[in-house]
Amino acid sequence: MKRVVITGAGTINALGHSVPDTFEAMREGRCGIGELDFRDVDRLTIKIGGQVHGFEAEGRFNRQQMTLYDRFTQFTLTAAKEAIEQAGIEFIGDDAARSGVVLGTAGGGVSTWDDNYRSVYEDGKNRVHPFVVPKLMNNAAASHVSMEYNLKGPSFTVSTACASSNHAMAQAFAMVRSGMAPAMVTGGSESMLCFGGVKAWEGLRVMSKDACRPFSANRNGMVQGEGAGVFVFEEYEHARKRGAEILCEVVGYAMSSDASDIVMPSKQGAARAMAGALADAGINRDEVGYINAHGTGTAANDKTECAAVADVFGPHADNLMISSTKSMHGHLIGGTGAVELLACIMALRDGVIAPTIGYEEPDPECALDVVPNVAREAQIDVALSNAFAFGGLNAVLALRRV
Amino acid sequence: MSIQDKVISIIAEQAVLEPSDVSPDSTLEDLGIDSLGLVESIFAIEEEFDITIPFNANEPEQSDFDISNVAAIIAGIEKLVSEKAS
Repeated sequence: MKRVVITGAGTINALGHSVPDTFEAMREGRCGIGELDFRDVDRLTIKIGGQVHGFEAEGRFNRQQMTLYDRFTQFTLTAAKEAIEQAGIEFIGDDAARSGVVLGTAGGGVSTWDDNYRSVYEDGKNRVHPFVVPKLMNNAAASHVSMEYNLKGPSFTVSTACASSNHAMAQAFAMVRSGMAPAMVTGGSESMLCFGGVKAWEGLRVMSKDACRPFSANRNGMVQGEGAGVFVFEEYEHARKRGAEILCEVVGYAMSSDASDIVMPSKQGAARAMAGALADAGINRDEVGYINAHGTGTAANDKTECAAVADVFGPHADNLMISSTKSMHGHLIGGTGAVELLACIMALRDGVIAPTIGYEEPDPECALDVVPNVAREAQIDVALSNAFAFGGLNAVLALRRV
Repeated sequence: MSIQDKVISIIAEQAVLEPSDVSPDSTLEDLGIDSLGLVESIFAIEEEFDITIPFNANEPEQSDFDISNVAAIIAGIEKLVSEKAS
């Protein structure tokens, strides 16, 4: 078994267009959620989200690329560029042949679907652009990353709703750990903030109209976000030989399925995923200093997640910190685990724990240290990142300070 | 059909029961309607009467719409329908 380290990180989300900007916003407990701005927003009941502003495809991509890149692909390529440049890795020869891209997304090119349905159904057009299919397909982002960086090994897209990125990164980790690939580009992205994307979520009646307040007694639902997080997972000796900077080590993962309900979370499924990640990594539970929670801000998730943490960690649950950064960047659905992994990297490398902002009232059913409202300095050795999806599909990653 | 009869028939369909088995003092729990069934019932009622019901699954008790039993739901809908007409 090989050791696996992270040597590059990139992102774009409502908090910033890069990792340093996102870290700064998380340290300051800034909120990236605001009024949504897109066509027909006046016909929505939910009008807030963690939208990426000031991102222009023009200038970043040429005309031919723009006809092929949905917004979720644009986000992915922007984050991948930052991650791969930071890693300073070049994929040539055997490295290129064996390295690949595993990314998560729940919806893929949602705005491409939305725009073209509008065009044929509402505007009555009978012809669509020839690239609609290659633009909207869920694997478009992974494919464009492989083309851009000469990654010729195993590449694919994982789609498990809100756990997509964690399942993708778990898969990439397993491939590097087994020796199958010297490095993998991994993470995920989502861009559902368009009329149809938000309208679909409204239907479930789980969205908040005003704010995402995870763990707070007065929480009233989730808030959508958008963006991408992309990382370079690299075999430890390979990274050392190149003299690469190591951000942290990925030490284990586990996946579980609730096998119970299509939307309601299960304490047992979540607990099995966390306990499984600790066992896979060979970590004692009292070594865990920080958990980046799934923490959606819904009534159901937050109390179930806290109960699962209490079950897995026993008395140590009261010593560890757990926060939900969704309060700041919103829920990026299939991309969320990737952006949230950044909070784990910041905790391990910089000793700064990102807060749960919007926290107003303690909830006895969420009686853990949720790092309310203000970031905290603390040196920790091990962090977990949780993702629990609709459909009852869970994936948890374990990371260690290097 | 009165508002009451229409609402009862929607709820009965969701619960897979005959309308005669749904009484005004039945709770949704009595009828075996879970959270997804509730959201579906609300959607069907909104479509039937062309109204918007202020309901958030995260805070059902705080929503401005009482779902404690069938009679409360009917009263809430009658109010929304009359507000729409006025």
